[in-house]
Amino acid sequence: MEKNSCCMDKKLEKELNEILEKYTDSKDNLITILNEVQMKYGYIPKIAQMKISEYLKIPMAEVYGVITFYSRFTLKPKGKYTISVCLGTACFVKGSEKIMERLKQRLNIGEGETTPDGKFSVDSTRCVGACGIAPVFTVNGEVYGKATVKKLDEVLDSLQ
Amino acid sequence: MNTLEKIRKIREEKRKELDLRVNSKVGAKEKHILVCHGTGCTSSKSPKIIENFRKIIKEKKLENVRVIQTGCFGLCAKGPIVIIRPDDTFYAMVSPEDCEEIIQTHIIEGKTVDRLLCKDIDGSKVQKLDDLTFYKKQKRIALKNCGKIDPENIDEYIAFDGYKALEKVLLEMTPDEVINEIEASGLRGRGGAGFPTGKKWRLTKDVAEKQKYVVCNADEGDPGAFMDRSILEGDPHSVVESMIIAGFAIGANQGYIYVRAEYPIAVQRFGVAIKQAREYGLLGNNIFGTNFSFDIEIRLGAGAFVCGEETALLESIEGKRGQPRVKPPYPANSGLWGKPTLINNVETYANITRIILNGAKWYSSIGTEGSKGTKVFALGGNVVNVGLVEVPMGTTLREIVYDIGGGIPNGRDFKAAQTGGPSGGCIPKQHLDTPIDYESLKEIGSMMGSGGLIVMDDTKCMVNLAKFYLSFTVDESCGKCTPCRIGTKRMLELLEKISNGEGTPLDLEKLEELATNIPKTAVCGLGQSAPNPVLSTLKYFRNEYEEHVQEKLCKTGECKALAKIQIDEEKCRGCSMCKRNCPVEAISGEPGKKHHIDEEKCIKCGTCITVCPFHAIA
Repeated sequence: MEKNSCCMDKKLEKELNEILEKYTDSKDNLITILNEVQMKYGYIPKIAQMKISEYLKIPMAEVYGVITFYSRFTLKPKGKYTISVCLGTACFVKGSEKIMERLKQRLNIGEGETTPDGKFSVDSTRCVGACGIAPVFTVNGEVYGKATVKKLDEVLDSLQ
Repeated sequence: MNTLEKIRKIREEKRKELDLRVNSKVGAKEKHILVCHGTGCTSSKSPKIIENFRKIIKEKKLENVRVIQTGCFGLCAKGPIVIIRPDDTFYAMVSPEDCEEIIQTHIIEGKTVDRLLCKDIDGSKVQKLDDLTFYKKQKRIALKNCGKIDPENIDEYIAFDGYKALEKVLLEMTPDEVINEIEASGLRGRGGAGFPTGKKWRLTKDVAEKQKYVVCNADEGDPGAFMDRSILEGDPHSVVESMIIAGFAIGANQGYIYVRAEYPIAVQRFGVAIKQAREYGLLGNNIFGTNFSFDIEIRLGAGAFVCGEETALLESIEGKRGQPRVKPPYPANSGLWGKPTLINNVETYANITRIILNGAKWYSSIGTEGSKGTKVFALGGNVVNVGLVEVPMGTTLREIVYDIGGGIPNGRDFKAAQTGGPSGGCIPKQHLDTPIDYESLKEIGSMMGSGGLIVMDDTKCMVNLAKFYLSFTVDESCGKCTPCRIGTKRMLELLEKISNGEGTPLDLEKLEELATNIPKTAVCGLGQSAPNPVLSTLKYFRNEYEEHVQEKLCKTGECKALAKIQIDEEKCRGCSMCKRNCPVEAISGEPGKKHHIDEEKCIKCGTCITVCPFHAIA
């Protein structure tokens, strides 16, 4: 087991180096690099924070500070299915709050959390710009429009 | 051939080829099938529609038929939308399965597919886009090319006067003349605050510093607003061209666009636009053979509403936490890396090329005394025609909601419209005839904002709405200054208390006191405007707050602790709609007979209220 995780770290390190090499070591590349890491792994691993801090020559606390400031960056891996309910105004007015409540109730977790089996994560987003078909929720980025509590139940059932 | 000659040649040739897009009497052999590829339509499978059309055209070996993906047509409620040119036929709510019939009936047999035509407000079917009431009162300047051209094809942009304004500016005008023109046009910042654009350009130009920057603010964070996104997705080159012009006017050679990472299509299309502009020599060194050089880089946001504030945005471009700076110094003096920086919003830039080409006089003839030109609104919420609209300044709210928007669906009544997002306010029924411009909106306690316009019907609780906005602000407060970090949190707690039926008259007083003091003390625009939703709802819907506090009553049932969902036996016809849609099977009743809600089982989700065709549930 230990040996395995060590190999994993090596692989991760190699991939991280490949990402870092694309950028100069100028401090203002921090957010761009974090965006790339977040997109690739679905979260920012601790080892990535260390590598980035070393590469850009800024304290790790500062890297951490930036990560926790922006809502797109997360420190924990997401579940297999990330379900985001849009809580933008257009969706809110059309009842997305109820969809969010139902989702949390069904999965028994709160916003920003992942089910213990690692299958589902619950998130809220602020407007995906699909206000024409509000309310919407997304499953791994795919948009489900004109959503209802019933439709959410159906989607959840199909993913169970 | 040099860049200039090349561009002129493309413009001439491509314009002829694309004439059928704008001229229905052209009698062209070709047919263009335009499919909306904006976010709304993409979510309802428009990429599949494009794929199907292309497949069928290939199978049937049809020549002279082209399928083009375009930006947003605006009428998102009726998406996915397909328009056929030059016949000028507008098909609504098209599904991938309809492609076969459109090709066979419309393209091959030359007949209209009646069942896919769009229904107008009066219920009649309309064939042409221009005949739809939705479009009649609109005037498209910033959205001129959206839905007309393929945003990923620079030649199509060039065909419709693209990069012609840049040509004029670089070859015929001095920076001062450009700024004079923008000043004379009366254009004001479309990001929300409405600062005169020309003045901003002048201030930045007048600073004696060699290195300056041009920045485009595309961090459209207002929930319910998608104007900037639609412009970037539908007409990215208009922003590229205007940023180059701005660079020339203020003396900068580097531009940055800061886009939300939540807008992947916009980011991708803008990236394509920059790449194409570089290939054509429109970005880079010595543009059009002059000694002016300019380039643009994209910077991604990472989900922080406060980064829409200009100084927070600059911090974020520099790779830091997006916390606003104390102003002054303003970005015009000390912006990105301490250098003079011009920041404008996407929609503001989208107007620049039109002003240069058509003249300040033309532009200033549109709109009102203090607000010139047009404004794009993302019309959403409880309104029939949800979508993107562009109207001359001074159009009344009533015209937007009823004439363009088609009114309130499900036979409900208008209660309020919200403009300006979390920084704006609610406009009640008695102000429906207010002309929309910067000053009038401010007078009635709201603000222009970036252009989100959310309509609410009478099932919405204003206390709950205020709570919604405050919870947004609390989430998004960057934490730099105390009034915003702690003050908004205290306001939210008071609103929660009221919404839970635990509020006292003293809480209302406290809420009002905080709401009047935070604007005077917060550092940036976010904090200063955060209490607006509370102030405006208190002003116009005070009785609702009082009902919550004194009678422990929320008439709409949105505040759950105060809600009692009941079926009005007089109105119930026993249609079973509520029963079938209830997710927890809390409703009982035989078809044709009165239905009943089991309060124990009911989770107060409100689905039954929405689906009841007789408005019998409240």
